[in-house]
Amino acid sequence: MTDFLLELRSEEIPARMQARAREDLSKLFTAELAKAGIATSAIVTYATPRRLTLIARDLPLETAAVSEETKGPKTSAPPQALEGFLRKTGLTREQLVDRNGTLFAVTEKPGRATAAVLADAIPAIVRAFPWPKSMRWGDASASTESLRWVRPLQGIVALFGEEIVPFEIAGIASGAATLGHRFHHPYQITIGGAHDYVEKLRACHVIVDHDERATLIRDHAREAAAQAGLELIEDEGLVAENAGLTEWPIPLLGQFDPAFLDVPPEVIQLTARVNQKYFVCRGADGKLANAFVCTANIAAHDGGAKIVEGNRKVLAARLSDAKFFYDTDLKVPLAEQAEKLSKIVFHEKLGTVADKVDRVAKLARWLVEEGIILPGTGRGTGEAGGGGAPRSAASAENPLHPQPTADGPPPLAGEELADLADRAARLAKADLVTGMVGEFPELQGLMGGYYAAAQGEHPAVATAIRDHYKPVGQGDDVPTDPVTVAVSLADKLDTIASFFVADLLPTGSKDPFALRRAALGIIELLQKNNVRVSLGLPASISMARVAGVVSGAEWFKRFDDLVKARHSAGDPMNKDEIERTLEEIKARGRSAEELEKFGKRAEIAEQKLLDFFADRLKVQQREAGVRHDLIDAVFALGGEDDLVRLLARVHALQAFVTTEDGANLLAGYKRAANILKKEAPSGSPAKAGAQGLSGGELRESAGLDPRVREGTAEGEQETLSYTPEPAETALMTALDSAEPRATAAITREDFAAAMAALASLRAPIDAFFDSVIVNDSDPAKRSARLALLERVRAAVHNVADFSKIEG
Amino acid sequence: MILTLHDYWSEHGCLILQPYDMEMGAGTFHTATTLRALGPKPWNAAFVQPCRRPTDGRYGENPNRLQHYYQYQVILKPSPANLQELYLGSLAAIGIDMLKHDIRFVEDDWESPTLGAWGLGWEVWCDGMEVTQFTYFQQMGGFDMKPVAGELTYGLERLAMYIQDKDSVYDLAYNDAGVTYGDVFLENEQEMSKWNFEIADTDSLFDQFRKHVAECENSLSAKLPIPAYEQAIKASHIFNLLQARGVISVAERQAYMGRVRDLAKGACAAWMDKHGWAA
Repeated sequence: MTDFLLELRSEEIPARMQARAREDLSKLFTAELAKAGIATSAIVTYATPRRLTLIARDLPLETAAVSEETKGPKTSAPPQALEGFLRKTGLTREQLVDRNGTLFAVTEKPGRATAAVLADAIPAIVRAFPWPKSMRWGDASASTESLRWVRPLQGIVALFGEEIVPFEIAGIASGAATLGHRFHHPYQITIGGAHDYVEKLRACHVIVDHDERATLIRDHAREAAAQAGLELIEDEGLVAENAGLTEWPIPLLGQFDPAFLDVPPEVIQLTARVNQKYFVCRGADGKLANAFVCTANIAAHDGGAKIVEGNRKVLAARLSDAKFFYDTDLKVPLAEQAEKLSKIVFHEKLGTVADKVDRVAKLARWLVEEGIILPGTGRGTGEAGGGGAPRSAASAENPLHPQPTADGPPPLAGEELADLADRAARLAKADLVTGMVGEFPELQGLMGGYYAAAQGEHPAVATAIRDHYKPVGQGDDVPTDPVTVAVSLADKLDTIASFFVADLLPTGSKDPFALRRAALGIIELLQKNNVRVSLGLPASISMARVAGVVSGAEWFKRFDDLVKARHSAGDPMNKDEIERTLEEIKARGRSAEELEKFGKRAEIAEQKLLDFFADRLKVQQREAGVRHDLIDAVFALGGEDDLVRLLARVHALQAFVTTEDGANLLAGYKRAANILKKEAPSGSPAKAGAQGLSGGELRESAGLDPRVREGTAEGEQETLSYTPEPAETALMTALDSAEPRATAAITREDFAAAMAALASLRAPIDAFFDSVIVNDSDPAKRSARLALLERVRAAVHNVADFSKIEG
Repeated sequence: MILTLHDYWSEHGCLILQPYDMEMGAGTFHTATTLRALGPKPWNAAFVQPCRRPTDGRYGENPNRLQHYYQYQVILKPSPANLQELYLGSLAAIGIDMLKHDIRFVEDDWESPTLGAWGLGWEVWCDGMEVTQFTYFQQMGGFDMKPVAGELTYGLERLAMYIQDKDSVYDLAYNDAGVTYGDVFLENEQEMSKWNFEIADTDSLFDQFRKHVAECENSLSAKLPIPAYEQAIKASHIFNLLQARGVISVAERQAYMGRVRDLAKGACAAWMDKHGWAA
């Protein structure tokens, strides 16, 4: 058993590609071994900026001999068949083996030297290597067919035991020689084999193992900070990146001019990290200190003094640039910056960012004026905690996080809240045109928050500007400050509505405008803050406004004027009036062809949008561990666009079905539904349920006597032409009592009580099935009893479509 | 320093050329790079190129950013196998001790959307400062490089700051008699920053842009790749000025860059065509 060593030495491999390259090398090598039937006890891979290395342990010297058999014709087969087989195998008749009248060609494949297998395999691996980006170079690149590698390939070490595995790739012959550290040991080293590779290179200032380099960087960076009385702000991404940039990492601490600490700490951290790959530190007071840790790739003769000095200068220049942006930005009021948004296109089909800002501000104001967002939103609910809670949570994660607002300001009055939401929304995107966000787009929102606070905006406005993009993805803080909630909801809803109007919907894995994330953000905002809103209305308002922008259509613009006029007259439109106005505008707009297009599109888009939210909610609930069948059972009811209410129903159902009553009611329901299905095959219980039918609205397609249909409208027994059996009567009575109770409970959104009311049907249903024959020979009886079961089903569907529930 | 680099690269087989006499954003725009990089003929050249990047202006207040500065450019086609070693040799020649200074090759893929060009390489760091852009061109003007050229672009001011150990570019000694870089260029930076950002007449710029586009097309139809390319460079600079004036929106930006790219590609195609080189 022998070890194999492969080193592919090249010019500097990008740090971010090294981990993946190791995996790919290991995978491709394993696959090549498997093809040749060779087993290895272990594969180790290493990466440095200049080398990609693989060591495979305990390979056999030769592959095993294989005997291959090919079945041929029968001995009785015509001679042409035999001739064909001989031609194919290249054998003579005498070499074939006769087994029970069938001829076989047996070829013995002798074992192959593993070294020879490797000599074939490695060039194949190199040629097929899946670098994310690769290039051609040198003389050979006169042809576009020349070898591609991540950067020019310089040398190959391939040793099986201590023997060179000979091969050549693009003019580079394999051997035993490599180079040491680029500056400490720029000379050839001859490697003996896998056993001395790591140590020989270490002696030449190369730490081959990336993990070892990462540990070194982590530990020494911490130490360097500690020696200066500081604490390193850990950053594993930076550790890995620096490990990928060095063969001999030496973390060094330096300091920058404390005057730069005027710039927000996030900016300093980002500048240091993104541009220079430095760590930053915090002092004993928990605040960002004027120190950085850079990772050098040499043990400098002067102990690194020049390196630190050089890096300090670079950082100073970068921070001076950042300070230039910051100071320049601070001088321009955000409101003035916001005017420039009219020059920035939001999307080519959707007007400018200024158009969007205007819609968001109106919608944010509306959400407050309608009482959807209340001054107390985010307070008083157990889950959400006080208005200051998320801020302190954020600051626990990142002590550098600023706090433009004092914790727990007193609640705002409704009108003030509306004004603040409007103001915050109008300023929220202004930082997009600031120099700082131009330089660091990831600081959007945050910088606006700083500028707003510094320019004397209301603290709640500054917070809202800062946090209105949140939550960004799962696990992000969900804002609870009412101004922020209003702006964040309005912004996300407008984004979704806009792209739906423009018919730019997410498909499959493609979601270029992050609409799914926006929808999830809305769901989380509604849930966390217990915001009660039927989404259909604000969505259609947004869409009407977007359609106005898109089509430039006066009728849509007029909508806003109407709303505004009523508002300033002190008689704001209520929801119904808004809906009617929208309808009217759409209807009147249809006179123009253009408008018809957008009117129709908005209508279709609205339904699509609600379905989209339902889908996102389903995904979110499934991920939260709610049974998918229960989610389906509630969603099948349809027509619900208040997501908080929808969730309350799902959660009540989840609690109910696990109780004994729930399980039994489900069993009784299924029995009823099965009979109905059998007796009235064209009627779809799911559909009936989806439309929320009560017992009196049976569909004709159910094949029931229309007489019965009418008769059961009020559950009136007198229309029965026969004397019902006691269990039948009992079920009717139970339904008469349960139905109104369940309906009333649903109206007050007490879904647990609604389910309790239904649970009272359980015993009568059981008794009914025990003693009553539904499929009676008397068609009147049969119809009446089927109708009764239909009533049961419909009553249950008031709560959820139980046919979707499993078990 | 420039003389040392000239000597060094001349010894290594490069022609020493002079700057191109037009405003351009980088040495790469010099015809000695863009056009000569195309086609199969070997080409080795080195030259200084003044560069103008209007949006990088800082009114002379940033010690490290200028809207007008100098690049030293080396172009080697095909790229020699020891290009990295040659490059490090040039750093040693201008006095950088690589056991005292931390030299690093940090991934930086280069792309010039206005030239329809891209390449893979690094920015070379000296103690954390980017002193050179090191690129293996893969495409130019939309054409695959056959063969690949290696391009080195040194930031001369930055290197000088290293060698002279200065914190600010304006403190660099321009001679031994006490004249500084600031004495020579500070006023220029202040005035040009103000003009680039605040004063330049945008209507006139838009008009010039249109005229250069038209003239480029005119030259192309006369099958004159070099004049066409010059007009493309002019259009590119006007576009940069318009950007500094902040009058080009994000969406328009793409469209303008696309226009310039089409012009540059057209000139490159005409150049290839004229020499009878296949794509």
